[in-house]
Amino acid sequence: MSDLAKNLHTEHMVINMGPSHPVTHGTVKFLVTLDGETIVDFDVEIGYLHRGFEKMCENSTWEQVFPYTDRLNYLSPIINNVGYALAVEKLIGIDTPERCKYVRVIVSELSRLADHLTNVAASGLELGAFTAFLYFVEARDLIWDLLESVCGARLTSNYVRIGGLKNDLPDGFKEQTKEVFKRCRELWIDVDKLLTKNRIFIDRLKDVGIMPPDEAIAWGFTGPCLRASGVPYDVRKAQPYLVYDQIDFEIPIGEKGDNFDRYLVRMEEINQSMRIVEQALDKLPDGPINVDMPEYRWQSKDDIYTKIESLIFHFKTVTGGIRVPPGEVYFPVEGANGEVGFYLVSDGSGKPYKCRVRPPCFPLTAAMPRMVKGALIADIVPTFDMIHMIGGECDR
Amino acid sequence: MIADLIEAIAKILFVFGVNMGFFAPILGWVERKQSAVMQDRVGANRADIFGFTLIGLLHPLSDTIKLITKEDFIPAGANKLFHTLAPFISLTPAMITFAVVPFGGQYEIFGRRINLVVADLDVGILFVFAFASLATYGTVLAGWSSNNNWSFLGGLRAAAQMLSYEVAMGLSIIGIIMVYGSLKLTEIGAMQTDFFKWGIFLQPIGFILFLTCAIAENKRAPFDIPEAETEIVAGYFTEYSSMKFIMFWMGEFLEMVTISGIIVTLFLGAWHLPFISDERLLSLFGFAGPNGSIIMLMMANIATFFGKIIFMIWFQMTIRWTLPRFRYDQIMKLGWKIMLPISLINIFITGLVVLLK
Repeated sequence: MSDLAKNLHTEHMVINMGPSHPVTHGTVKFLVTLDGETIVDFDVEIGYLHRGFEKMCENSTWEQVFPYTDRLNYLSPIINNVGYALAVEKLIGIDTPERCKYVRVIVSELSRLADHLTNVAASGLELGAFTAFLYFVEARDLIWDLLESVCGARLTSNYVRIGGLKNDLPDGFKEQTKEVFKRCRELWIDVDKLLTKNRIFIDRLKDVGIMPPDEAIAWGFTGPCLRASGVPYDVRKAQPYLVYDQIDFEIPIGEKGDNFDRYLVRMEEINQSMRIVEQALDKLPDGPINVDMPEYRWQSKDDIYTKIESLIFHFKTVTGGIRVPPGEVYFPVEGANGEVGFYLVSDGSGKPYKCRVRPPCFPLTAAMPRMVKGALIADIVPTFDMIHMIGGECDR
Repeated sequence: MIADLIEAIAKILFVFGVNMGFFAPILGWVERKQSAVMQDRVGANRADIFGFTLIGLLHPLSDTIKLITKEDFIPAGANKLFHTLAPFISLTPAMITFAVVPFGGQYEIFGRRINLVVADLDVGILFVFAFASLATYGTVLAGWSSNNNWSFLGGLRAAAQMLSYEVAMGLSIIGIIMVYGSLKLTEIGAMQTDFFKWGIFLQPIGFILFLTCAIAENKRAPFDIPEAETEIVAGYFTEYSSMKFIMFWMGEFLEMVTISGIIVTLFLGAWHLPFISDERLLSLFGFAGPNGSIIMLMMANIATFFGKIIFMIWFQMTIRWTLPRFRYDQIMKLGWKIMLPISLINIFITGLVVLLK
């Protein structure tokens, strides 16, 4: 028998998964070498969604960058908005009003909710649990309805401004959120019943794509994937920004760092995000949402139409862009996938000299070969789902 | 002689009509609508004729028209003969198997004995298994002849899965054969008159094993690894289009109907109603005269049988839309390490009980 196996001519099979393949949501290509069903070699090719984000930013005014940041992680665009705004504000030295900070926390957490809901839903879908997918997509849709009522758009929100917000929360937002969360919690329980104790689902996720904590740190993991490995690192706790230090929430961590832990971490973070939003809505102070610094943030239209100083500031900031003092800054926020950081360089002109993004899913995607080599072809599916690579953010 | 021929043709046309004319198109609609109901959606409701949508019932029709008019594509480098043959091989066994499934009992009408089965074979169950395994060739051939790596992987998975589940499936049925002492499906069906003598009560473990194996054999979720769309695109029928694609589709649905028919015959009391015996029904229908009452009894039995089939189909669809997909090695493990030993133990226990009785 052993002689036969030795003399039998076998070959590895090389297949291209993607760029258009059901598992590669977002465009990415895997070059997989298979021995039967076992993965011998695995190569990730990214860049299909490269748009030149950083170069585009250098040709826009500081304010015009916001719509581009929407397209980074398009499942949670407002977190990117907030991250960029905070970085610029740090460079200028603006401290936004309390109400603005609370509203930013609320919309950030709603975005995180939408992102995690999509992620868990999509992984259900790709493992064949179509029903769980649609339950969470319904929940996400309700969250998007909320965000739509805030900023008028569901996906490309463009809501945050340097030194403030586009507009205040609409009337009755708190009550509406309460209703939406009630339904979301029902759907969460449904999906929890469908997946968390489902033997097939557990078998597919458990002990697949394991990443020990030391290696996870070495690979540059952040966010839910790092926490699933047991490292309690969350930017919201490690370097609290906005008003996260005044809000009571927990960060769930996993034990093993396998896909099931990543799933559980995300499921728990959905609950925690809802908690944060509810607390922030309760504590929401009255007051302005924009800073009173006309050289950075537009004043109200009434002032612009009636006061000459306001009109001049408006003209200057719209045509030439706001003047950010020269210098450089790095500011990280906790994105849905991990640490989203903006590294900005200003030369004192109206445009960013350099706008570099630290995408959380780039290191995660880079670790794919490490996690799936030696596993079966079917293991690519849950691992890649739980990495939650977003093409727009990874390729920029 | 001619009467025999007419009877045989009538039965064949009936079975063929019900399967091809009713179940094959309707199941596509049922699958969409049932999943829609389960998932808080509306489901298929767009196809219409003069504004009448008939709750989406026109979708199978429009699907068929669409697929017939599509290009029948054979990829470069594919084996044309086998590529064309494969869908036929996978559809035909599904239809032929129904020939031995009795959809009613035996009746005396106008002095003529009518046995409601197309072919009353002495080795009915063996015939079922023989043809069920033939369908695998269609899948494997499709995967092999398409000259596509995804199809190839799908074909290999199908071959491995069929092999492992065929064994457990065959063994799971031995218990029921021992209990009823017959391989003839009509006899097994006729023996389940009493509600508590249904196969599901005499062989509960056998029922669960057979149902699981049957779903695996049909390649339905959670056992749909040969066509796992997120892993290997569409598996063995990646390279199929037009009518050949629809034939695989129909084959899958008809296999589901056939396997439900076999499950109903073996485990769910065939054409008998629970707690209401045929004699009782006959006396109820007494007002229609001797022949009329028997015809009505026959109709009632056929309706019961197909009602149970529809229930089983509903059940399989519910499973399909609830559970995620297994992994390849987990399916193998389940088949060889769990199902096979349990079915062997089941045979052993059944043997002991039959012997001691």
